Amino acid sequence: MNISRKWLEAFLRRPLEAREVAERLAGLGAPVDAIEPLHPGLEQVLVAHVREVRPHPNADRLRLCDVDDGSGTLRRVVCGAPNVTAGRKYPFAPVGSTLPGGVTLEKRKIRGEVSEGMLCSARELGLGQDHEGILELETDAAPGTRFLDAMAVADDRIVIDVTPNRPDLLGHKGVARELAASYGVPFRLPEIPGSQSPTLPTPDRKPTPAETGGVRVAIEDVEGCPRFLAAVIRGVQVGPSPAWLRARVEAVGMRSINNVVDATNYVMFELNQPLHAYDVARLRGPAVVARRARAGESLQTLDGVERQLESSMTVIADAEGAIGVAGVMGGALSEVSADTRDIFLECAWFSPRRIRATRRALNLSSEASYRFERGVDLWNGPEALRRGVELIQATAGGAVAGEAVDLFPQVTHPPRIFLHPARVAQVLGVDLPWHSLEKYLVAVGATVVAKPADGRLAVDVPGWRPDLVAEIDLIEEVARLHGYDNFPTELRPFRVGDLPNAPAEVADQRIRSGLAAQGLFEVHTLPLVPAEGEESVRLLNPLSAEEGYLRSSLLPSLSRRVEANWSAHTRDVRLFEVGTVFRKGPVGAPPVEDRRVAGVITGGREPGHWTAAGKSEDVDAWDLRATFEAAVALAQPGATVQVEGGSWVALSPEGQRVGWAGPQPADAPPWAAPLFGFEVSINASAQPEVTFTPLPNTPAADRDVALSVPSAVTAAVIETTIRASGGPLLESVGVLDEYRGAGLPAGHRSLAFRLRFRATDRTLRDKEVDTAVQRIITVLQEQHGIQLRAS
Amino acid sequence: MAEPSPQAVLDSLRPRLERLATLDAPALEAEHIAILGRKNGALTGLLRSLAVLPPDARKLVGAAANELRKSFEAAFEARRAELAGQQRGQAGSALDLTLPGRRRWVGAVHPVTRVVEEICEIFHGLGFNRAVGPEAETEWYNFQALNFPADHPAMDMHDTLYVDVGGDARPGDGKAVLLRTHTSPVQVRTMLAGPPPVRVVIPGLVYRKDTFDPSHAPVFWQIEGLAVDRGISFVDLKGTLLHFARQFFSASTRVRFRPSYFPFTEPSAEMDVSCYLCGGSGCPACKGTGWMEILGCGMVHPDVLKNCGVDPDVFTGFAFGMGPQRIAMQRYGIPDIRLLFDGDMRFLRQLAGGGA
Repeated sequence: MNISRKWLEAFLRRPLEAREVAERLAGLGAPVDAIEPLHPGLEQVLVAHVREVRPHPNADRLRLCDVDDGSGTLRRVVCGAPNVTAGRKYPFAPVGSTLPGGVTLEKRKIRGEVSEGMLCSARELGLGQDHEGILELETDAAPGTRFLDAMAVADDRIVIDVTPNRPDLLGHKGVARELAASYGVPFRLPEIPGSQSPTLPTPDRKPTPAETGGVRVAIEDVEGCPRFLAAVIRGVQVGPSPAWLRARVEAVGMRSINNVVDATNYVMFELNQPLHAYDVARLRGPAVVARRARAGESLQTLDGVERQLESSMTVIADAEGAIGVAGVMGGALSEVSADTRDIFLECAWFSPRRIRATRRALNLSSEASYRFERGVDLWNGPEALRRGVELIQATAGGAVAGEAVDLFPQVTHPPRIFLHPARVAQVLGVDLPWHSLEKYLVAVGATVVAKPADGRLAVDVPGWRPDLVAEIDLIEEVARLHGYDNFPTELRPFRVGDLPNAPAEVADQRIRSGLAAQGLFEVHTLPLVPAEGEESVRLLNPLSAEEGYLRSSLLPSLSRRVEANWSAHTRDVRLFEVGTVFRKGPVGAPPVEDRRVAGVITGGREPGHWTAAGKSEDVDAWDLRATFEAAVALAQPGATVQVEGGSWVALSPEGQRVGWAGPQPADAPPWAAPLFGFEVSINASAQPEVTFTPLPNTPAADRDVALSVPSAVTAAVIETTIRASGGPLLESVGVLDEYRGAGLPAGHRSLAFRLRFRATDRTLRDKEVDTAVQRIITVLQEQHGIQLRAS
Repeated sequence: MAEPSPQAVLDSLRPRLERLATLDAPALEAEHIAILGRKNGALTGLLRSLAVLPPDARKLVGAAANELRKSFEAAFEARRAELAGQQRGQAGSALDLTLPGRRRWVGAVHPVTRVVEEICEIFHGLGFNRAVGPEAETEWYNFQALNFPADHPAMDMHDTLYVDVGGDARPGDGKAVLLRTHTSPVQVRTMLAGPPPVRVVIPGLVYRKDTFDPSHAPVFWQIEGLAVDRGISFVDLKGTLLHFARQFFSASTRVRFRPSYFPFTEPSAEMDVSCYLCGGSGCPACKGTGWMEILGCGMVHPDVLKNCGVDPDVFTGFAFGMGPQRIAMQRYGIPDIRLLFDGDMRFLRQLAGGGA
């Protein structure tokens, strides 16, 4: 919402400083997004008095002027304006000053005569389009006074951020009311220049249909339009707005159109009541009816677009058809034009829901719809209509024909709310005296109607505050006016809850720090992805097809991140992500969510070092396996890693597949190392088990055995066999080496294992160990045809 | 041949004292054995033989012999230290200690995760535990339960992404499924799950229908907090959040509270903290105001309590919410939110801290 500082000053009748106003408004809940100085660049322009005007000796159309600019020396100025007159005052740009267009004035000769500056037109000052002559000033200010100080054309546009609950701040009166409460000063409506008010008595309540100034007025859709006021003004002179009105309208960012339209906009920005003026001559009937649109009805709106209407919408219609989308936009047909003589002025209240639905259906927003949707003051119609009529008469003339009418078929009143001071203390934490509560509520326009004996205040809330409907709303008003910063800031004793940290969070934290310890960096990727398959969950209103689905797996996004790193010529990439994936749930139910962790590794196994000429071996499947096992231990305590086809999987104790690891497809540059990835579903309810076993205090005996193994037999099978046949003394089994090649029978490879034996109660004798090893070898031979290799 | 007199032995040993400074390490050790060796050392033997001398001579020779022993011991010690020092010096000249050490891969959690953790930890100190919930929710949990007026401009504050789940649910009916626009649905779930006292912080991802640009992302992190019990007031809200601000930013941080609007809290407020970059004097980061907007908060609206099965006449509560991504961006001076989603190793290393 754009607010004019000068307009506020007119309400409060005191000078205001934009920055200070901004501070106050922020403290009241309307933060200021920007302060834009209007008409900048006029700082150096002065008020000057033209003492004498003489003809220019060398040019018929130019004059020589003696100008008093307050400096004590008369300036000689060459002026071409036909209206320059001795004894009058004009804006004067002295030598060295810069005008809004960027022109810097110099002392120079014009047709042989020296000119020391320039007398300015409105257009040269950026104050309008008038360039017929120079701007004559009606001012008592002494020559040399700054133009800005004398004429007060400078203004600031204060852009405030109005929350949806405060429609009253969409008008200057509402903002002035807040500031007046903050400063503790009164405020009132500014006077309208040239007005002979009061011109219009309060309009009479009439049953619908009614008649005003020869026009039939009716409400047929009471739900969409509960109240409709109107007046007919005949004999208006449509034309440009006076300077003051144009300045107001332009200060809030509207384009000045003509005096009638500007007057309706003025009232909207002042009282937050949209008005609409129709050309009576173009009203068929003549009649104006608020009714629902008819099936198949259409209308060309003011923006020139043909709109298809629906019966859910409220329209304003004349005797033959729709002439406006109620509360959203008028129609082109009955628009006020330069030829308009008689106008019908509408001041209505439309249902916020109806307006919201309509403007969404038509995809058409306007200043009016914005306000009706948020809620204008249902009870302020008479004041707004009178203000509109006064303004139009002051700027465009004309006379009210007949009596203005006020159709309000089902009269309602603003709510009455009871406020318990004890409840105020309960919510706000401090006892505020009764008189403070009353003071704050009165300051925002509420009426404290009675103080019943039961210790509560009965509060009639003002019509411009549709957000005040319950006791808590009044408590907020009290807090706001008291000032949030004036409440104590204390850490008072509290009870803690019994809920522990959510297990999912505990698991996430454990996994993140665990994988960071594996040398991986956590990333966040977008969960919105292109379609991935049948089970992909689709969005109804995606931003784009590229973000049209919810991810069903983390790995593809991680691979895309690796590719991005490759594009930046980063070869060593180690990433992981903890996040949610989605798959379809039952029809009508939310998708099924699964918390996952995924990781990718590619590039050097270690950072390059000068001791190895800056090189490191690239990560391979064995690095992946170890990282995967670490991730499984973190995310799925109790699950085991097994071989399945050409990759590894994690199986839960129940045998469910809960993780996967293997090479990852990616769009890799030739210099990139192979990419490996894994993804594990997180089981937040399982905890990694940590147990203590006593440390041995007897020595171990190690035996290394090299085995000649038929290629069909896997290391895992051999290890299992060794463990099963090793007896109680066998403590651990580890793979030492794999060898394929010369010296082995065809179809064989060599695998070397280190076997560690220990008795916890004594030192082992060699013979015991030899016996155990021999037993293992025998079993391996019998079960798998494995031979001991001669070492 | 008669044994040399003790005096002669002493005289013969004295020159060797001076020569110690020229010996290398093996020679020095051999000399040590020859003179001070426990079994055959010349001086050791002399001292042992003193016992047989007459008392006067014993005293005279003994004093001189003991003095010489001390001198030898000191000289051996000095020469050993000297030799050891030389050896170290030789080793140092062989290694160029200015060469880089051997590093290993060190990873890190995401900078936003780190901010989330820090924030949750501070509130943990005030008795808040973590709660989480689904990212896809029904409208009721995301809007209606939280007092969003149906078909009201307040809904425009949340540009919502809806999920296609089949069936006949339609946006606006409470049953339609959407991607949560804030983590507040978890507040609802927490209150419905059990009676007060409730003290939770809720970190998580939320979604808005926003195009990806330097300051917007369709997905972002949020942390909300909720405290509900008897006797909780606006004063507790302010006290709790001031404590947080001083823990998170600095002990001298100042805060201010401005009225604001959220459908689910009333009174509602925005909390600003004094700019932690300039300390409040005004800088580009705080746009010259000296303040930074950090979180929204307020007293839980009585209707929300009611919707969640909590009696608003008995219990009151406060809630707050903030964006750890924005805080991370301000803290580290990150200009573009997309950097947080790029997964660029160079960025992640820079922001990892701790030598990653």
